[in-house]
Amino acid sequence: MAVKVSMKVNGKAVSEEVETRTLLVTFIREHLHLTGTHVGCDTAQCGACTVSMNGKAVKACSMLAMQAEGADIMTIEGVAKADGTLHPMQAAFKEHHGLQCGFCTPGMVMNAVDFATRHPGASEQEVRESLEGNLCRCTGYHNIVKSIMAGSKAMAGK
Amino acid sequence: MHAFNYHRPSNVNDAAALAAKSVDAKILAGGQSLVQAMKLRLAAPTDIVDLGTIKDLAGIKVDAKSVTIGAMTRHAEVEGSAEVKKAIPALAALAGMIGDRQVRNMGTLGGALANSDPAADYPAAVLGLGATITTTKGTHAADKFFKGLYETALRPGEIITSVSFPIPKRAAYMKFKNQASRFAIVGVFVADTGAGVRVAVTGAGPCALRLAEMEKALSAKFAPESVASLKIKSDGLNADLHASAEYRAHLITVMAKRAVEAAMK
Ligand SMILES: Cc1cc2nc3c(=O)[nH]c(=O)nc-3n(C[C@H](O)[C@H](O)[C@H](O)COP(=O)(O)OP(=O)(O)OC[C@H]3O[C@@H](n4cnc5c(N)ncnc54)[C@H](O)[C@@H]3O)c2cc1C
Ligand code: FES
Ligand code: FES
Repeated sequence: MAVKVSMKVNGKAVSEEVETRTLLVTFIREHLHLTGTHVGCDTAQCGACTVSMNGKAVKACSMLAMQAEGADIMTIEGVAKADGTLHPMQAAFKEHHGLQCGFCTPGMVMNAVDFATRHPGASEQEVRESLEGNLCRCTGYHNIVKSIMAGSKAMAGK
Repeated sequence: MHAFNYHRPSNVNDAAALAAKSVDAKILAGGQSLVQAMKLRLAAPTDIVDLGTIKDLAGIKVDAKSVTIGAMTRHAEVEGSAEVKKAIPALAALAGMIGDRQVRNMGTLGGALANSDPAADYPAAVLGLGATITTTKGTHAADKFFKGLYETALRPGEIITSVSFPIPKRAAYMKFKNQASRFAIVGVFVADTGAGVRVAVTGAGPCALRLAEMEKALSAKFAPESVASLKIKSDGLNADLHASAEYRAHLITVMAKRAVEAAMK
C-alpha cells in the first residue's frame, strides 16, 4: 500500500509517495538523499540514526515515516548555519576530538543538542547517562563527553 | 518488514473499530517494540492502526488521590512531569530509568503495558501501586491484568486509554539493569499505600508479580530489616544468559531492601 507522507525536514516542506512500511531513516536517506543520518545497527541500540522530531531526539530506524507525518524533522544536515558556520555543539566535537571514524557522530550530535537544550549545566555524570542510547566503537567516549560539556556551555552562551 | 495497510483514526472509537476488523490488525503507539518486531518479522500485521494523532489519549492529570496518565503519554513526559514528581516521585523516577533518552521520547505507557515484556519497568509500578487500567471495553484491576509472558487481559481490538495510579504514602522502585539493553534483570517496586504494603517484581518471572511474603513482613513493620533476610525461592524464575534463577531470587531480596530504604528517605 502506498501512502503520501508530508513533513518538514531541515526547514523545508517535503512530500513523497512511499510504501507504508518505509522507516523514517529510509525516507531520509533513500528518498531525500540526506545520508548524514546513519544506520549502525538497525535494531534501536546504537543511536547512529538519531534525528530531532519536534525538538526531541528519536531513533529514525525505530519508527515508520508515517509516524513523522506533519512533524518538524531536523537531521545533521540542518544543524549548521546556511553559510556553513558550525553549530556550537559541532564546533565543540571538532575542537575536543569528539570523533575518530565519525560514523556515530551525527547521532551523537543530534542527541547532544536535544540534551543540552533541556539540561543546561548538566554534570559530567548526567552527560554520560545521556549517552545510554548512543554507541561509539572508536573514542572510548571520553572526548565525546568533553565535547558535549563544552558544547553545552557554548550553547548556553557561557 | 512485510507490507501492511496503514490507518490513522482521529478518535479512539474509530481506532477500536479498525483494530477489531481483522485478527491480524495491530495498534501502533510509539513503535519502540512493535516496529522492531515487524522488522524481524516476529510480527506481521496486515493492518496498522496508529494512535499517534489521537490527542486526548496523551496527558497527565493529578488529583488528591490519584495520578491518571493517558496511554499515549511518552515515558519522557512522565519522567519530566513536575506534578508526577510531586505526587508519586517513584513513578517519575521509574519512567526515567526506561531504556535511553531516544526510546523515552517515543515509547508510551499504553504500549509498555500492552506489550507486557517480562523485563519491562511500568508493570512493576502498575502492580505495586494497584493501578486501574481503563480501556475501550471497561477497566482492569492491576492484579488481573498481567497474565503471562507477553500476555495480558486485553482482548483483540481492546485499546488502553489511560491508567490511574493511587497516590501512596511512600514508594520506591529499584532496578538492577541489564548493562547492555537497560531492561530490568530484576526490578522491585515497593509501595506503602496506607492500607497495607504492596511489593511488585519485574524481570524475574514471565510477567510482573507480587510477593505476598514480603508484603506481610513490611505491613507488620516497614523497614529494610523486615525483608533483608527473606529468602525468595528460585523455582519458576527466569534464567537466561544474563542471570540464573538463583541469582534473580537473590536480587529480589537485595532490590526490595534497597527500595524500602529509598521509600523511607
Ligand atoms: C533500545 C530499547 C531499550 C528499551 N529499554 C526498556 C527498559 O529498560 N524498560 C522498559 O520497560 N522498556 C524498555 N524498552 C521498551 C519501550 O519502553 C517501549 O516503548 C515499550 O515497551 C512499548 O511502547 P511503545 O509505545 O513503543 O509501543 P509499540 O511498540 O507501538 O506497541 C507495543 C505493543 O503494544 C500494543 N499497544 C500499544 N499501545 C496500545 C494501547 N494503547 N492499547 C492496546 N495495545 C497497545 C501494540 O499493538 C504492540 O503490540 C526499550 C525499547 C528499546 C527499543
Ligand atoms: S541504526 Fe537506529 S539505533 Fe542503530
Ligand atoms: S567515532 Fe567511530 S564510532 Fe564513534
